[in-house]
Amino acid sequence: MKRIYVNEEWCLGCRLCEYECAYANSGISDMVKALKGKTIHPRIRVEDGDGVHFAVNCRHCTEAICVKSCIAGALSRDGNGTVVIDREKCVGCFTCVTVCPFGAIMPAADGKAAQKCALCTDNVKNGVPNCVTYCPNRAIVFEER
Amino acid sequence: MKKYVIIGNSVAATHAIEGIRSVDGAGKITVVSDEPHAAYGRPLISYYLYGRIARDKMDYRSEAFYERNQVDLKLGRRAEKIDPTAKTVLLDDGETLSYDRLLVATGSRPFLPPMEGLDGVKDRFTFMTLDDALSLERALSPEKDVLIVGAGLIGLKCAEGVFDRVKSVTVVDLADRILPSILDGEGSAFVKEFLEKKGVRFLLGDSVAKFDGGTATLKSGKTVAFDLVVVAVGVRPNVELVKEAGGAVNRGIVTDSGQRTSLPDVYAAGDNCESYDVTAKQSRILAILPNAALQGECAGVNMAGGKRDFLNAAPVNAIGFFDLHVATAGSYEGECYEERTETSYKKLFYKDNMLKGFILIGNIERAGIYTSLIRNMVPLDSVDFDLLKRSPALMAFSREARRDKLARRQ
Repeated sequence: MKRIYVNEEWCLGCRLCEYECAYANSGISDMVKALKGKTIHPRIRVEDGDGVHFAVNCRHCTEAICVKSCIAGALSRDGNGTVVIDREKCVGCFTCVTVCPFGAIMPAADGKAAQKCALCTDNVKNGVPNCVTYCPNRAIVFEER
Repeated sequence: MKKYVIIGNSVAATHAIEGIRSVDGAGKITVVSDEPHAAYGRPLISYYLYGRIARDKMDYRSEAFYERNQVDLKLGRRAEKIDPTAKTVLLDDGETLSYDRLLVATGSRPFLPPMEGLDGVKDRFTFMTLDDALSLERALSPEKDVLIVGAGLIGLKCAEGVFDRVKSVTVVDLADRILPSILDGEGSAFVKEFLEKKGVRFLLGDSVAKFDGGTATLKSGKTVAFDLVVVAVGVRPNVELVKEAGGAVNRGIVTDSGQRTSLPDVYAAGDNCESYDVTAKQSRILAILPNAALQGECAGVNMAGGKRDFLNAAPVNAIGFFDLHVATAGSYEGECYEERTETSYKKLFYKDNMLKGFILIGNIERAGIYTSLIRNMVPLDSVDFDLLKRSPALMAFSREARRDKLARRQ
């Protein structure tokens, strides 16, 4: 399956991916209305170090420990292998947060459920990851490896 | 065609079904359970009472699961006896099921210590199954006072679940602190203070000497008036079927790393059996859902002729009370790094160049990075531990390790 990969050497640490993620998942078509003056809760997060930057989001693990650990059966792999979360089933216990080795699942904005990257299959971008589309330095790519 | 029989129909059983089907698409799978429900996430029962999940969303798998996996589901039936020589299981209605491979995934049951007068209490409950939760729910109403005996995970999740639906909740426990299975003394005090501010009343270091209708008299002489009582003092693993058949049992059923019991072709998984805890370096019952899932899957794969070992069991718990979240893992031994604010509490325990355990209260973000260090026994001199102490981050790994991780090469 195609997944999102990050080329650390190319990442500028600009955090545009975080904003594009928050926008894509906001359900609001006007980017300004979606983001202006708001604390964003993106599903991709940039880590910064000494001259090093890189973005982290769900790896869609084949043996996904979050799926196996979910107390509700809210996390699953869909037909394409994308790890997805069913918000209606998620109770926000955050066992997934406690087991994800990448730190790539986090509480949603309301704190009542977990959220994670579903490769933009669960929003208007229709499976074209918005972080990839708008990464200015092509540090984030969407490809089969 | 192989015949698989699974006793129990919860998380370990579900993952065993998936494990079997990942290897053997044709064998006949029969599941026997005394609960009259499709598998549901057992820990959801408190969230159901709390209003976080609807009853029709509680099934652990989709409606099509059993059909798609060609499972013959015998619900509301009880397995009475295993005959390991004849390789049969006797059910309560006299039916005998023969097996080539058997999985005992019978979980645990609430422990009910003898308490004087308990039988005379009309509204008394345990809190383990969906049916327990549904009958407790029927007894809830805004004018009622609830007494919970037991300040462990089950008792306190029950307290949260019923809190907004009753007049008061009082928790009594013989121990002098709450949640001793997952928290240290200071962590217990932190969570207790939070729950007390919410309005939960605690009577610790005390126990019920006797019940007299709607009054509990404690050892200290205090009395507590109540309308309904929930007993949640602990659980006992359901080991009897294996024990009576001659299988090895310590506190829980003994298995090897492939979930095989000492009886030929009989496997066990879930809260009824022990695992080797890599953090405590000893076998013990790790009655947590992810462990049941991993054991169940491992058992299923091996039952079907595949090869799987479950080698990195460790305690991991995530629990919340009224949106105060707690994440813990491993063993609390060795040196300790700690941080504390008004709203959060953090302790990391490390020893022998490894992270051994952690307690996070309030801020649990990216806790899984810590958990993976524990589970994989990562040498701390191979990472930037000073950075990790402050916050879990992939930046703490070497560039090569990070690149491999993010590229899914490890």
